Amino acid sequence: MTNMNLYSKGDKWFVRVNMILIGLFTLSTLYPFIYIAAISFSSGFAARAGTIIATPVDTTLAAYKLVLSNPEFWQSYMNTFIYTIGGTLMSLAIVIPAAYALSRRQLIGRRFWNLMVAFTMWFNAGMIPFWLNMRDLGLLDSYFGIIIGFAVNAFNIILLRNFFESIPESFEEAARLDGANEFQVLWKVFVPLSKPAIVTITLFCVVARWNGYFWAMVLLNDESKVPLQVYLRKTIAELSDDQEFSATLMNAPYSVETVTAAIIVCSIIPVLLFYPWIQKYFNKGIMLGGVKE
Amino acid sequence: MLNSDRDFKWYIRHFKREWQIYALLAPAIIWVIVFLYQPMYGLQIAFKDYSLFKGIVGSPWIGFEHFETLFESDQFARAFWNTMQISALTLLFAFPAPIILALMFNEILHQGYKKTAQTIVYLPHFISTVIIAGIVITAFSPSAGIVNTVIGWFGVEPIYFLSKSEWFRPIFIGSGIWQEAGFSSIVFLAAIAGVNPSLYESAMVDGASRWQMMWKITLPSILPTILIMLIIRIGNLLEVSFELIILLYQPATYETADVVNTFIYRQGLQGGQYDLAAAAGLFNAVVAFILVMTANTISRRYSNTSLW
Repeated sequence: MTNMNLYSKGDKWFVRVNMILIGLFTLSTLYPFIYIAAISFSSGFAARAGTIIATPVDTTLAAYKLVLSNPEFWQSYMNTFIYTIGGTLMSLAIVIPAAYALSRRQLIGRRFWNLMVAFTMWFNAGMIPFWLNMRDLGLLDSYFGIIIGFAVNAFNIILLRNFFESIPESFEEAARLDGANEFQVLWKVFVPLSKPAIVTITLFCVVARWNGYFWAMVLLNDESKVPLQVYLRKTIAELSDDQEFSATLMNAPYSVETVTAAIIVCSIIPVLLFYPWIQKYFNKGIMLGGVKE
Repeated sequence: MLNSDRDFKWYIRHFKREWQIYALLAPAIIWVIVFLYQPMYGLQIAFKDYSLFKGIVGSPWIGFEHFETLFESDQFARAFWNTMQISALTLLFAFPAPIILALMFNEILHQGYKKTAQTIVYLPHFISTVIIAGIVITAFSPSAGIVNTVIGWFGVEPIYFLSKSEWFRPIFIGSGIWQEAGFSSIVFLAAIAGVNPSLYESAMVDGASRWQMMWKITLPSILPTILIMLIIRIGNLLEVSFELIILLYQPATYETADVVNTFIYRQGLQGGQYDLAAAAGLFNAVVAFILVMTANTISRRYSNTSLW
């Protein structure tokens, strides 16, 4: 559409109004981030008074000092990294081989195995049986439970399987002639050829892991094991309820709002750092392999 | 006899030669059985008087008692209708948003402007629900929030939005659109990119305006994609993002905010009534399963577009 000439006056107005509307939507997407960042650098007094619009008022780092000096914050930050990296590697280690096996024609019962995986996309037992199962497996309150318990996603297997199926057989023939076994064919031929699809899945896993909240909250009681999102939530809830804290706040340079905002900023920063890289891939990868059974 | 013996030998040879394939498949199959199919077996507690000591298998059967309790309970009925209503509202407001956005992005000629805008509107998708909730709570706070500051300029008294049941749904659906409309537009943009350019060329020869081309060419061309997304959406009708609800609702707003999944969470995981909550979950899952199958069948019959 880029090369298209603008024909009439009406078209010109249409394009302009469209640009303005998109601009407004974009600004309204951006604004909450600016607002939160502004609060995080403001004084508690200004935040409580509600005078912050888009820039810090009485600029101070007090909220950050409070947040960053808390060992619980760092512990939860590290936990999030453990869950994100461990969980993603676990997912890839199970999903990639399975997708490869399911794409092989010589697999006996291929239809059955495929259906067995796909069925889990349409029907799942629900929250309670899943939780009871995790408890019975002894996976409550454990790093391993969080890492293994959410490792496989049928959608990812099917997406990757479709990608593998689209790779022409001629690519693996040379490797076969050299006497490569299945593991080698997968590792040396299919994985390198499927980089965009694998990066897409990795991205899905990383984002899901980094942001995961509900199951971490439900499965972990031990506060030294909770990820950042659970810590953030707990802090928001505690700060707003804690009368004592509120009382000391009257004279403190920070407030519930500024501390909340500071934690939010701290947990968004890694996402922002990785965002250019994320962007590069999801545009390519997102449409890979329509979902089919 | 001889035949089956030969079959048997064939299988032995097959597994000897191809064992690696099965070794590659095994972890995923074991995982699916342990973490997804085993809970399905555990669903039997929906029909049992579950006790911690007797375990899932040992607890006595009680038939449909839990379902009867649920259907007689005002709380469950409220949760079910809230789910339906929130879903319907989401379908009405949040579903068209990315389609409109994609159509609008497509009409932007300045590539740099387009790329920048897209980069920004995709971002919230990658932010966690807890942070979204944190931002909402901060922005709508009665004393300190920007929303009350702004309405204050117009002389409106501060409103404690998050404790008002009539405000819950607009806030919930609005923050959903804010978070996902941008990212969801990617699918539709990809569909638009696949539209045959010659359609636009001949329309231009006929003197069509851009507005007309958008309505008469772009939109009809991406209709199959819209339909697929609609099927997925209808299949997930009962899966309202309850994570955000748990983070935003409070007893004062249960009236409009409590959905089936939050009900299950409260009754089951917080209240310890595992069997009753599992029954609610089973009911939810069965209705969802029927919904997705129905939507798919209808779509396949009338438009040759289906998920599988």
